Parts: sequence; structure tokens; C-alpha cells
Amino acid sequence: MTVLTLISRRLLAALPTLAGVLVITFVITRTLPGDPAAFFAGPAASQEAVGQIREKLGLNRSLPVQFGVYLRDLARGDLGPALTTGQPVRVELAQRLPASLELTACGLGFALLVGVPLGIAAATRPGSWLDHGGRLVSTLGVSLPSFFLGLLLIYVFYYRLGWAPAPLGRLDAFVLPPEPVTHFLLVDALLRGEFATFRAAAAQLALPALTVGLFALAPLTRMTRAAMIEALASDYVRAARAAGLSRARILLVYALHNALLPVVTTLGMVFSYLLGINVLVEKVFAWPGLGSFSFEALLAGDYHSVQGFILTMGGLFVLLNLAVDLLYGLIDPRVARSPG
Amino acid sequence: MPSVAAAESVRSPPPTPWRLLARAVTGNPLSLLAGAMLVLFLGAALFGPALAPHDPLLTNASRTLAPPSADHWFGTDQLGRDIFSRVLAGTRVDFLIALGSVSLAATLGTTLGMCAGFLGGRTDRLVGRAMDMLMAFPLFVLAMAIVAALGNSVANIVCASALINLPFYVRLARTETGVLRQAGFIEAARLSGARTPRILRRHVLPNLLAPLSVQASLNMGWAMLNAAGLSFIGLGLRPPAPEWGLMVSEGAGYVVSGEWWVPLFPGIALMLSVLTFNLLGDTLPAVVDPRRR
Repeated sequence: MTVLTLISRRLLAALPTLAGVLVITFVITRTLPGDPAAFFAGPAASQEAVGQIREKLGLNRSLPVQFGVYLRDLARGDLGPALTTGQPVRVELAQRLPASLELTACGLGFALLVGVPLGIAAATRPGSWLDHGGRLVSTLGVSLPSFFLGLLLIYVFYYRLGWAPAPLGRLDAFVLPPEPVTHFLLVDALLRGEFATFRAAAAQLALPALTVGLFALAPLTRMTRAAMIEALASDYVRAARAAGLSRARILLVYALHNALLPVVTTLGMVFSYLLGINVLVEKVFAWPGLGSFSFEALLAGDYHSVQGFILTMGGLFVLLNLAVDLLYGLIDPRVARSPG
Repeated sequence: MPSVAAAESVRSPPPTPWRLLARAVTGNPLSLLAGAMLVLFLGAALFGPALAPHDPLLTNASRTLAPPSADHWFGTDQLGRDIFSRVLAGTRVDFLIALGSVSLAATLGTTLGMCAGFLGGRTDRLVGRAMDMLMAFPLFVLAMAIVAALGNSVANIVCASALINLPFYVRLARTETGVLRQAGFIEAARLSGARTPRILRRHVLPNLLAPLSVQASLNMGWAMLNAAGLSFIGLGLRPPAPEWGLMVSEGAGYVVSGEWWVPLFPGIALMLSVLTFNLLGDTLPAVVDPRRR
């Protein structure tokens, strides 16, 4: 099976799920309390003006008709205006998605860089102090509420030590943002060769990324450890040892390669969970990402924004699962060749 | 001689759950710690309000933001309320929410999963599709949306947390039931005339309890984090309720002005109780799973 057929088959299989997500989102957002028309019109608006806006937004029509209009607009790529800011939801999402992705990717990168080596080390010496210490740290990491961990980090590194900048968004107010190319601040600053800006953005990113990363550390370390222990006990590792291959080669080429599949599965699950938990981290650090956007929209009853947000998330999930499947094929050629 | 050893093990009575628990707990210091903390937290949940030295809701304008002292062990908050008393009183609220959502999710999820796994066919496809849909949402955001739509109340928080935990139980019960369906004793029960509900209740369910209890223990910690997270962003309990997540949220602003004790103690209480359930979840397999004894 070629990669293209795999991709198209997976995307087709995701369609019914996405359709369900659409319906559920529609129902939930229409039951949100508050009158969007009154909110949009402002507190001083007359009853008449509110009525006009309700008509303009199509809120006076029946729910099935509203759903039809919503689907038609969606097919055109129109997610409607965000009631809180007046900008099109599409524009808002496009501005905020990179901020969330940058944060999540850096946190996940940290968790991978620390968690996988830690898991390998623990697997080679099960029962050692390193193993127990790793278990304790990772259990602590998953038990810490992310919002509380964020506050602790702010207290220590901002208030006490003064190493970190004020936890207020992606870039200090006095630093000029780089010209947007990818909307990832770190990448844009590097592309423009503005190293001072890069440093400033990285400093802002460090604490929230650490908060996200420490949460992702535990499942990754555990899964790496378990998969490596299983791989190291296998016949092919025994054969490799008997053949006199070097320790590093056995560990990193033979065992790790076979242990990667469950690790990648865990990575996909952790990533999707992080997207949800980002709401909390973004609130603590005043991070202008998708999470804080969705939270403000939910509280304001801004149903266009909530719909757009949940759809974006659903789309991200589908892409993520696809990426995991493709990685499977890369790691294990048997997966790519098998039908289905 | 193997045959003698086998006969021996048949004759000796199976170890009681309590002995297994004692063995698992004494064998691992972390499990011992978890057991001790669980007793402590349960005590606080049961007797907390009676033990609290101050009224958790009583404000005192002359003693706002006082650091920890002999009178106020955990200090006082922005309204002069005793944080120690509030943390104690919050134990019951947080444990009840977690317990409620986990038992709701476990009951409903296991029933759905057993039906899907046992009946197969259309039921299985329908349940599977519904769970796929649930899992396609960022789960925490789904909980946020439900609470925002239905309103902030303990019942709604419990329902929202239960809903996002549902898929894990459904999957577990479905997989295990699918395996059990082929087993001889299920076939025997069916041949002796037992109807499906009876088979599920008397023959399938007891075999699911071991993996379910492990899942539930790990889930308790997660449910607690979820409920506290909802309160933290303002979609949970309302002030002045003594709830840990809400207390951390109210104290968050004082971190950058140096009054660390306001969010620290409720946060630590939350962390330790989640840690307790996670460590217990690691210990339980040794108690409930015959293959790991």
C-alpha cells in the first residue's frame, strides 16, 4: 500500500467522526447560556437593535435551518465573526494556533529529550536508584496540577530568582516582534537573524514550555522504560549479544528501534491531551493561544468562536492520528505493507 | 516434583485480599506511603469540618494575607480566612466530586462496554462510533463546554467529568468482555438457560472487577485534576466555596507579590491526593490481578 492511499483511506475513515463532532459542537454551543445578540449589540442597545442583530445572525430561525446555514458557510471556509472581537473566527484562529503549537511542541520536545533517555537508562538498570528516582519524578510530574506547577515556577524563577521575564504572553511589550513568516516567533526571529528577539521569545517560552513538558514527561518515561525492558528481554537482543555487537549498538539500534512503536502511540495520546490542558497553562502565563481564546469565548457565549475552536481541534486530532500512523509505517515496514 | 507442588497449592487456601494488600504495601515503601496518605485524606474528608480550628468561610478584615503562624498554620487569604481550615474543608468537596464522577463513569461505561463486547454487531459499532466521537474532542475542553452550557453546579461538574472518563471504561470492558465471550464457563451458563443480563452480571462482571479497580484508582486522580482545573478557570464551584482548585485560582495573583502561602497549600493538598491515587493504581495490580501475585 502506498503512502497516498494510506492517507486518503485514513482521512475518509475520519469523516463520520468529524461529522459527529460537528453535530455535537453545534448542539453544545446553541445551549450555551446568554444571548449572543444582546452581547454583540452591547449593553446600551435597544430591544429593537438586538432584534435586528438576532435577525442578521440568523438566530431567530429554527435550529435545523441554522445548522444548514452553518454547514453552508463552513463549506465556503467561513466560520463566522467572533462576537467578542468582531474579527472573522478564521483570522483569530490563524493568529492563535501558532502560539499554542509553538508552546506544545517545545514542551513535548523537552519531554522527549529528557523522558526517552531516562526511560532507556531505567530499563537497563531496573531496580536501581535511577529507576526508582525516575518513577518518583514522573509520578510527581503527572500528579502536579499543571496550573499549580506553573504558579510554582513563576514564584521561583520570576519572583524569587528573577531569571524569567514577567509571565505575560509571548513577547515582552518592549520587544518588537519579528516580521511574521510562519507566525512561530522562534522560527521567525531566526529567519530574520534577530537573535535578541529570539532570546526574548525563548525566555518567555521557557516556563510555560517546562510546565507542559513536565506533565508529558511521566507517560513518555514509563512507556519507554516498559517497551525497552520488553525489547531487551527478547530473543533478537540475546542473539545480538551472542554475536558480540557493542552494547550501545544493541541498545540504540536493535532494542530502541523495536521499542519505538508504543512510544509513538503514547506520544500521540500525550499530544492530544496536552492540547486540552493548554487552556490552563495559557491562562496562568497569559499566553495568547487557542486555549485562552476558547476559554474567553466559552465564558462570553461566543458560539462562532467555540465552534471554530472545536473544529480546529478535531482537525488537529485527525492529522495527529494520521501522522502517528505514517510514523508507524516508517518505524515498522510490516505495518506499511499489511493491508488495512 | 511438580505434581506434588501443584496438589499442595490446590490444598492451601487462597490468600485473603487483606493479606495480599498487606504484602503489596509492605513490599514497596511508596505504596505504604500512599496507603498512609489515603487514610489521612479520608479522615480529613470525613471529619475535616469538625476538626477545622476556624470557620472556613469566616472573613477577618484585620488579618488579611497573614503568613503562616501558630494560630493560622497555613496563613490567611485575602479576606482573612484561615487557609488551613479551608484546605481541610475542601477535602470533602474534592473527594466527593472525584468519587461521584468516577463511579458514574465506571458504572455507565462498564455497562455500555459489556453490552458492546458481548452483543457485538450493531450495538458494538454504535457504541464504538459514539466513543470515537467523544475522543475526538480535547477532553478537558469538552468538560469546559458542558459545564459552561449547563451551568456551574456540583452535579454538572460530576456529569461532565464522568462523560470525559466514559470512553476509557467502555474500551476496557468491551475488550475484556470480547475475550470472555468465547470462554467455556460463559458457554456453560448460556446452555444452562441463563439470559444475557444474568450472564453479564453473574459471570462477566466479576471478571472485569480487577482491571476496573486499577483503572478507577488512576482515574480518581485524573478526575480530581479535572474538577480542580475547571474551578481554576472559573467553570467549577463558585466562591466562597472551599475547593482546592478555586483556592489556587484565587491565590494565583499573590504569587507575583510574594504571598506564596495563599495558593501553595491548597495546591499541595491537591497534588498529594492525586499522587496518592496514582501510587495506589500502581500497587493495586499486585493485589487484584492473580497473574501478578
